Amino acid sequence: MPTKLVVDCSTGAVEEIELTAEEIAQREADAEAAAQAKADEEAAAAAKQAEKEAIAARLGLSAEELSTLLS
Amino acid sequence: MANTFVAIATVTVGSGGAANIEFTSIPATYTDLVILISARSTGADPNIMIRFNSSSSNFSQKRLVGDGSSAASYGTYGEWSAWASASTDTASTFGNSLIYISNYGSSNYKSLSSDAVSENNGTTAYMTLGAELWSNTAAITSVSFVMGSSNNFSQHSTATLYGIKNS
Repeated sequence: MPTKLVVDCSTGAVEEIELTAEEIAQREADAEAAAQAKADEEAAAAAKQAEKEAIAARLGLSAEELSTLLS
Repeated sequence: MANTFVAIATVTVGSGGAANIEFTSIPATYTDLVILISARSTGADPNIMIRFNSSSSNFSQKRLVGDGSSAASYGTYGEWSAWASASTDTASTFGNSLIYISNYGSSNYKSLSSDAVSENNGTTAYMTLGAELWSNTAAITSVSFVMGSSNNFSQHSTATLYGIKNS
């Protein structure tokens, strides 16, 4: 069972406490949501880059020339 | 260092590891909070999520990330406030993070900035700067850190909470 370290700043006491079923479910849901959001954002960035390269191709620019222009 | 920079509490992870690190009952007597984290993950994901008052809602951020060969910016996936070394990084290395939380007791939305690095003797090691907002007016009384992808903090990971007074 995963645990959490809880520090009570008013006393300095540290406790190691097992996560509740609800906390474990929340942890897993958060991890899934973050992974999905990251994948979505990376897909959007890749699509934007592809769009830039398509425009560059229409203008007769190579990928290297486009990179130089954008750097 | 200014004498208004006070170490409130420190915690070190033991041999069993820990999924979360939580600072609770944070005194309201300071102006700002700073947290320094030295951490290693038990998994390949080096990201550490932050929680205020046990809430994972209403966080947003802008983040710059460099990995040794390229740079990128991200804006939609929030809460990645600190970074650890991953289990795949060089053995016995720990990532370092500094998180600054301004006006944590105010009735306004709370902003934080973060500066974090992973440690790895290899071609890829990450560094990141982030600006984050918690759109909630409640005073912050607890701060939690949750290792990403349901991994754990490895043994010897540490976190220290500091309070800063503006006078």
